[in-house]
Amino acid sequence: MAEHILPKRVYCTIFLILMLCTYLTVQIAFLDLGRINTVAALVIAVFKATLVVLFFMHVKYSTRLTWVVVLGGIFWLGIMLVLTMGDYLTRGWRTYG
Amino acid sequence: MPEAALHPHHPALAHQFDSLGQQKEVATLGMWVFLATEVLFFGGLFATYAIYRAWYPEAFAAASHELDVALGTINTVVLITSSLTMALAVHAAQLGQRKLVLLFLAATMILGAVFLGIKSVEYYHKFVEHHVPGPGFQFEREHFRHAQLFFSLYFIMTGLHALHMVIGIGIMLVMFWWSWRGTITVEYYSPIEISGLYWHFVDIVWIFLFPLLYLIGRHAH
Repeated sequence: MAEHILPKRVYCTIFLILMLCTYLTVQIAFLDLGRINTVAALVIAVFKATLVVLFFMHVKYSTRLTWVVVLGGIFWLGIMLVLTMGDYLTRGWRTYG
Repeated sequence: MPEAALHPHHPALAHQFDSLGQQKEVATLGMWVFLATEVLFFGGLFATYAIYRAWYPEAFAAASHELDVALGTINTVVLITSSLTMALAVHAAQLGQRKLVLLFLAATMILGAVFLGIKSVEYYHKFVEHHVPGPGFQFEREHFRHAQLFFSLYFIMTGLHALHMVIGIGIMLVMFWWSWRGTITVEYYSPIEISGLYWHFVDIVWIFLFPLLYLIGRHAH
C-alpha cells in the first residue's frame, strides 16, 4: 500500500515523461497521419493516464482489492463505450455528414 | 489485535476500525469506488462525443480549430504539474514534513487556480467569437448545426471538469487547514492521500479532454 513510500525522484521522472508525452501529442497532431492521428492521440493519453494511476495514485503499490475496483471501473467504462458505439456505428440506415 | 505501535485511543481512529492502517485502507477503497462512478459520469459524455465526432468529422475538426492549442497545452502542463505537487504533498505527509505538506498543497491550489483562470480566458474568447451555443451562435453555414454540437460538448465537458476543479481546490483548502492545525500526522495522513486521488482523477479527465477537444484534424490547417 502507500506504506511503501516512493522516493521523490520517481515522481519527478514520471512528471518528465508526462511532459514529453504532452509535447509528442501536440507535435503528432500537426502531422497528417490520417486515421492514425486519433489512434496516436488516444494511445498517448491512455499511457499518460496509466502512469498517473500507477505512480501518482500509488495503484502499483496498492492492495488487490484496490486493483479490482480500478480495473472494474475501466472495464465498466469499456462496456458502455463498446456497446454504445456498436449500436450507433452499425446503424446502416443513417447518412453520415 | 492492535499492534503495539498504535495506542488504541488515537484521536483520528474511528471506533469501528481495529487500526489506523485498516481505516486508511478502507478510506482509500471508498475513494476508489467513488472515482469509479466518476469515470462512468464523465464516460457518458465521452461516449456522446465519440458518436457525434464519428458522424460529423469535418464539422468537429472545423470547430476544434477555433480552440486555442497554445492555451490548452499550457493548461495541460499546469494540471500535470499540479499532480506532481499533489504527489509531493502526500509524500511529505508520509514523512511528517508539515511545512512541505503546506507548501505543496498551496502550490497545487495555485496551479489549479491558474488552470481555471486560463479556462475563463478561453470561455471569454468563445463568447466574443459567438461560439457559445444558443441564439447568438455563429459559424460557417456548411458546418453550422454540427459545430454547435461540438461547442455544446466543449462547454459541458470542460465546464463539468472545471466544477470538479473548484471542488478539488475547496478540498485542498480543508486539507491545508487540517495540516496547519496538526490534525495530519505521520500516523494519520490518509485524508491527504485520498484527496490526492481525487485531484489526480480530475487531471486524468483533462489528459483525455485536451487531445479530443483541441487536436482534431490539426494537420489540415
